[in-house]
Amino acid sequence: MSNSKLTRRGLIKTSALGGAGLALPTIFTAGRASAFTNEPTGDTVTLGFNVPQSGPYADEGADQLRAYQLAVEHLNGEGDGGMMNTFTSKALQGNGIMGKKVEFVSGDTQTKSDAARASAKSMIEKDGAVMITGGSSSGVAVAVQALCQEAGVIFMAGLTHANDTTGKDKRANGFRHFFNSYMSGAALAPVLVNNYGADRKAYHLTADYNWGYTTEEAVRSSTEALGWETVNTVLTPLTQTDFSSYIAPVLQSGADVLVLNHYGGNMVNSLTNAVQFGLRDKMVNGKQFEIVVPLYSELMARGAGANVKGIFGSQNWDWKLENQLGERYVGTNAFVQSFGTKYGFPPSQAAHTGYVQALLYADAVERAGSFNPCAVGEALKDFEFDGMGNGPTLYRGDDHQCFKDVVVVKGKENPENEFDLVEIVEVTPTEQVTYAPDHPQFAGGSLGTCNAGA
Amino acid sequence: MDAIILQILNGLDKGSAYALIALGLTLIFGTLGVVNFAHGALFMIGAFCAVTVSKFLTLSHTIIDDTQKDFLGNPLKVEVPYIYDIFGQATGDAIIDWAVPISILFAIPVMVFIGFAMERGLIKHFYKRPHADQILVTFGLAIVLQEIIKYFYGANPIPTPAPEAFRGSFDFGAAMGFDANTIIYPYWRLVYFAFSALIIGAVFAFLQFTTFGMVVRAGMADRETVGLLGINIDKRFTIMFGIAAAVAGLAGVMYAPINSPNYHMGMDFLVLSFVVVVVGGMGSLSGAVLAGFLLGILESFASMSAVLEALPGINQIIIYLVAIIILLTRPRGLMGRKGVMEE
Repeated sequence: MSNSKLTRRGLIKTSALGGAGLALPTIFTAGRASAFTNEPTGDTVTLGFNVPQSGPYADEGADQLRAYQLAVEHLNGEGDGGMMNTFTSKALQGNGIMGKKVEFVSGDTQTKSDAARASAKSMIEKDGAVMITGGSSSGVAVAVQALCQEAGVIFMAGLTHANDTTGKDKRANGFRHFFNSYMSGAALAPVLVNNYGADRKAYHLTADYNWGYTTEEAVRSSTEALGWETVNTVLTPLTQTDFSSYIAPVLQSGADVLVLNHYGGNMVNSLTNAVQFGLRDKMVNGKQFEIVVPLYSELMARGAGANVKGIFGSQNWDWKLENQLGERYVGTNAFVQSFGTKYGFPPSQAAHTGYVQALLYADAVERAGSFNPCAVGEALKDFEFDGMGNGPTLYRGDDHQCFKDVVVVKGKENPENEFDLVEIVEVTPTEQVTYAPDHPQFAGGSLGTCNAGA
Repeated sequence: MDAIILQILNGLDKGSAYALIALGLTLIFGTLGVVNFAHGALFMIGAFCAVTVSKFLTLSHTIIDDTQKDFLGNPLKVEVPYIYDIFGQATGDAIIDWAVPISILFAIPVMVFIGFAMERGLIKHFYKRPHADQILVTFGLAIVLQEIIKYFYGANPIPTPAPEAFRGSFDFGAAMGFDANTIIYPYWRLVYFAFSALIIGAVFAFLQFTTFGMVVRAGMADRETVGLLGINIDKRFTIMFGIAAAVAGLAGVMYAPINSPNYHMGMDFLVLSFVVVVVGGMGSLSGAVLAGFLLGILESFASMSAVLEALPGINQIIIYLVAIIILLTRPRGLMGRKGVMEE
């Protein structure tokens, strides 16, 4: 007879507890012998590309992923080198990063914060990614940025335009190359006033989530400062597909401009509906009625088709910049040539910002001489560079936001081909879109201190 | 007053889409007793029939224009539609312009075939299974269909414009003696409303005035008795499934110019359409149509600025709020049969 109290049920319980313990997240436990999370010890280094591969922004994610793959090729010395040839920093040699061959893993954010965190976590814990980059929405970027801060890896934000990413939700381990809502407002307002006059009444339709709020606030304050009046602001559900009941009352409000603070499918549908309702053909207050889309994307413009004609918006970058505005935007043609030859069409701004972020990270590692996120962060802070297609750029240390010229575009009236959907109207110089780190639209939150994990 | 007229117009239009989808759902539930969560996907496939026809009509061959350069500085490749070679540019452009109405001819056989294939290939195996199983399998099918469309057409919306003659909007305000610009309404949405009314009328007439319809109605009331009379009711119900699929598909074809088709548009409509069916009364065709228009109009009113100021967020919950109130007070729905969804 045994004195053992180990029953069948007890055994199962013990096994389950033991299993759960073993399966605990290893972010804070793995690699105790290393100096920092996922310190590369072999002859390779793994980067994590976290993009939407399903869901409504899957096409933007696919384009971003193409660019990341191109960046990996160039970092490893394959292909034509792209913007590594024009980048003012010459630390990258085409032999990987610090001599280690670059490998990558990709995750699917599904444009959902929880899915994005889960895939980023998996890439950090299981695949040993030393840096995470990508994203397609500010909600996703903020969530993944916070995770990377906890885990002790660098996050090089992809497509995220809300002020909060480098405002109240900024983190020491997070860096954003893409422009933001404030910059869109600051760049657009003078162009709008020049084209439509200072005596305008604007009606805002705004996507009911964080990015919508910050974009509305930015455009409203910039245009009001130049004389425009805001007659109404209406929040629209993110899940809305038919905007007719929101657009129909616009003309009755006395407004003569409609600002669509919408992105992705929301923007395609709201703009299509607004044009269907004949808003652009109407005269109100003795003026031609106008529509404004603060954040343009080439892929969205393709979805909205002919409806984008003549409509102003802003972009982080455009593939025609160097051809049309000259040497200041050097790097643009090198990237377009490289990407266009490989894929057969010009890159989107989502692709561009992803590619640049990957190269900037690799360059910072080389200059720091270490993959340690705190050292990399120091190398990125207040780093001034050029030759990446946007002109001279500063990665500001105060909030980890890039400052560069902002492109104001307009839907092209007579596009020559399916890639030629917007024309560059003006490039707003950096000084005009730069703000103080404690600007009210970016108030609250703090970078904190960098976390190297391990 | 003008704002109210405007929102009623909007509601009729939204209601048309809800009613058409709900009508198909109800046809399937009433005949086969199947809760078809793939019905939204059929609506989406209908819209992609319009996309397919547009793409087919604009199929092009490439000619090299040495006088122009492409984005890489190479000689520009110019795409010339084959239809220009056959009909000349003017006629070719006119045919391309009318792609959406032409798509109806393509969509009817395609949707009926898909309906038959779905019913015979999958759904018939679930007749005797619980509703939960039916929901799971049809929901799974919807995701598969959605992914197939995404694979072939991509995730981005694809603009599919209405014919030039129906673009722009009609100024009801000016026509009715109000100020100009107060009640404007796009021509194509008026076409959509008229088309929906026509389809709904045709389905009702078919069920009401044809022998086939009479047998189907009898089968809906008592399937076993009709079967005992020697009538092959299963075959007729399969045909009804095909008709329901075609109704959803046609709703999708004509909806394509209103909002650019994308692969998840079916899901966007599906949940709301189910609410419409439940509010109207499971199995009641007239209830589905009535509830479709009613909820469409209510949703439009809830989106008015004045209403939103008084009750913020009401636009997002109005349909569900009404559904809760109706189901609490009348579990069978507005026009549902006694015994369905109630003790």
